[in-house]
Amino acid sequence: MPSISQGSNATAARLAPQMRMNEPRSMAAEKEAPVRFQISDLNFFYGPKQAVFGLNLNIPKNKVTALIGPSGCGKSTFLRTLNRMNEIIRNTRVEGEILLDGQEIHSMDVVSLRRRVGMVFQRPNPFPKSIFENVAYGLRINGYKGRLDDLVESSLHRAALWDEVKDYLHKSAFALSGGQQQRLCIARALAVNPEVLLLDEPCSALDPVTTAKIEELLFHLKDSCTMAIVTHNMQQAARASDFTAFMLDGKLIEHSETSKLFTTPADPRTEAYITGRFG
Amino acid sequence: MSNARIIWRKSLNYVMLSLTGIAALGVVSILFFILGYLIWNGGKSLNWSFFTQLPKPVGETGGGMANAIVGSLKLLMLAALMGLPVGLLTGVYLAEFGGKTFSFVVRYTTDLLNGVPSIVIGIFAYSLVVLPVKHFSALAGGVALGIMVIPITVRSTEEFLRAVPGSLREGAMALGASKWKTIVTVVLPAASGGILTGMLLALARVAGETAPLLFTAFGNRFWSPGFEQPTASLPVMIYTYAIAPYDDWHRQAWAAGLVLLGLVLVANLGARLLLNRGSAVRST
Amino acid sequence: MSAAATTIAHEVPPQAGPRAFLRRLRGGDEIAHLITLTFSALILLITSMLVYELWANSHLSRAKFGWMFFWTRVWDPNFDNFGAAPFIYGTLVTSAVALCLAVPLGLASAIFLSELAPRKVSDVISFLIDLLAAVPSVIYGLLGIFIVVPVMRTTIGPALIHTLGNVPYIGALFHGPNYGVGFLTAGIVLAIMVVPFIISVSREVLLTVPREQREAALAMGATRWESTWKVVVPWARTGIMGSVFLALARALGETMAVTMVIGNAPTIAASLLSPGDTIASTIASQFTEATGDLYLSSLIELGLVLFLITFILNGMARILIVATERGGGRPA
Repeated sequence: MPSISQGSNATAARLAPQMRMNEPRSMAAEKEAPVRFQISDLNFFYGPKQAVFGLNLNIPKNKVTALIGPSGCGKSTFLRTLNRMNEIIRNTRVEGEILLDGQEIHSMDVVSLRRRVGMVFQRPNPFPKSIFENVAYGLRINGYKGRLDDLVESSLHRAALWDEVKDYLHKSAFALSGGQQQRLCIARALAVNPEVLLLDEPCSALDPVTTAKIEELLFHLKDSCTMAIVTHNMQQAARASDFTAFMLDGKLIEHSETSKLFTTPADPRTEAYITGRFG
Repeated sequence: MSNARIIWRKSLNYVMLSLTGIAALGVVSILFFILGYLIWNGGKSLNWSFFTQLPKPVGETGGGMANAIVGSLKLLMLAALMGLPVGLLTGVYLAEFGGKTFSFVVRYTTDLLNGVPSIVIGIFAYSLVVLPVKHFSALAGGVALGIMVIPITVRSTEEFLRAVPGSLREGAMALGASKWKTIVTVVLPAASGGILTGMLLALARVAGETAPLLFTAFGNRFWSPGFEQPTASLPVMIYTYAIAPYDDWHRQAWAAGLVLLGLVLVANLGARLLLNRGSAVRST
Repeated sequence: MSAAATTIAHEVPPQAGPRAFLRRLRGGDEIAHLITLTFSALILLITSMLVYELWANSHLSRAKFGWMFFWTRVWDPNFDNFGAAPFIYGTLVTSAVALCLAVPLGLASAIFLSELAPRKVSDVISFLIDLLAAVPSVIYGLLGIFIVVPVMRTTIGPALIHTLGNVPYIGALFHGPNYGVGFLTAGIVLAIMVVPFIISVSREVLLTVPREQREAALAMGATRWESTWKVVVPWARTGIMGSVFLALARALGETMAVTMVIGNAPTIAASLLSPGDTIASTIASQFTEATGDLYLSSLIELGLVLFLITFILNGMARILIVATERGGGRPA
């Protein structure tokens, strides 16, 4: 886990020259890691109101990218464009290009897109079914015909929930605590083996201990899964992510490796935000 | 303010508030009175032959209402088959798919249909099913009751579907479920308790309806196999027997009244208790 | 944590060809939309057919009698002369009696349940009163015939004749032969049947009145009753009016209980103790006896009239109830 020394002026001064970012494009990231998502010139509209302006971003493979910014800056909206979840809202419009492994997601079948790009929501939303059925749901509807038991078990392992529920698989999901429910939702999303996992403020409704557990989870999942996490909590972004993108008023202000962004932000607005001057 | 005026206001307060309490008590006691009287009068007339025997020829004492009980069940079954699917699917449309103007029109029309007096619906079923073939039938009665079931079912289905939180729908869609799959595998099961109780209540309501059956299913003193014949039903029998001049028929009307009321109240009580318990569980 | 678990290789089988799946999937959603839409349209079809059938099957009497149908006081099957006036009269009178009895009783009960009773007691009593609304009409008729009618004939009727019958003007309402059946009896039974609706809707509306209103009145030294009657009830008055319209619409369409206790006589009489008939009870008692097309057509025309009246009333009721919910009960 990268260690963060926030506000360490000496380090900042030393690294400053190399960190000049003159355009909001994640060049540094591109050179080091292959990219899962390539977003170019993304504009998003809720009816007449524009929420995202000309966003360009690459999301590196098998890394955790955090999206931070003040409330209403468009980070959740942006996240939801990645698995076309905004389409269930009426009167929305997307312009620009979103490539998943080189393929435009809007020319893809939305169902298979969502199998490849999973999502975990802010508030745990398990189905009113048993724990087993929750995890098996994605498998069932995608037509998987195999041994569900093994897959359910492995997904629950990946979500660090197996030990706690292995004897209660047929109990209702609502019997679990909030933190357990959220991990169940993660297991449910993982069951279909997505390549990308989108997390929209997954810990905002949870206590610090549970949050720590989930952050540890994300660390272990990186190897098999690319992750993008929207978070309000800057410490979380600093702790848990490899890359961070800072958004403000629907625009991407800065995107770089987490350690760099938090120690030597290139843009004054980024610095203002992370030092708590607003948001 | 003078003392007298204050005393007047205070006594008025006391009197009026007491009156409201008496009013409420009075209304509730009517319910208990009805129940009590039916249990008393109906209970002593209720015997095994009531459930198993056919009505005796006019004027003779004894006999039962076996055919009416079966007839009522038949009519309910027809009403359920015809009305429940329409109500359910319309409810799904309104809650999940609805376009703005069409939904408004459908809702308005459903409320309209709900307010139509049951006897007018009977006239409609008469002109639709009885007139063309010139004879009464269980089918006609089923049509009339089926139409009455629709608005009640639509309303409760829509209400319970809407109560399912959007986060559940989103969760399913994020896993790749299409809209109709989400509805069938997640939303409907989540709302199923409320929807089923709504259907039960709708059926309980039409089980007691008499007016629409008077000239559709009409009545029958014998068994009526199939669905093309005039069919006896409990409510119509109660009516027929109550206005007749025979004491024995009056006795049987009380017994039938008790059975009918018992069934209707049990269904209502059960449904409402289920609903209350369901909503309590959901909120935890 | 088991690291090995993350490497279990499993494949969710890819859908057979993206384009074919696309078609199938879109088809599924659109089919579902189409099916549910069709069934919804069915309701529109049924209602239109209902109106059509009522209109079409009454054309004989509409053609023959025209608007006179509403004024003609004669209903004579033997001479094929049909007029709806007695039944319109009967419907209006019984509904008026029902409302005169049910509104005070219902409003008082609603006030008790919303203002005075502790919440749990109020909920239980409301529940029981809702059960009262579920009692079938024919059962009310049964109790009407064997309990209310004899009591009217032997006790209440004579008492009314002796006391109010001698008072000028009002006396006209209570004189003449007293059989126990009649407008008053029907009105009483109807009142019992519609009271639950008034209570349930009024109680809900009263509960939505903001607490601050009551508190403001009480803080000025008003008694509980004064605060309720002069502040809370007026605030909710549109919704309460709505409940009255709703009750009225129900009363107009009530058939069985009325048929059984009203006496079934097509008469217009001033006395409430006189037997009469309502539109609904006429249809119920005469439909199967109707010989001749004109007779039947006249009965169906009565049904059309009933449909229109309840349609208008229900519409007004809904507007009033919605207006309360939206306008927060501000005095109209």
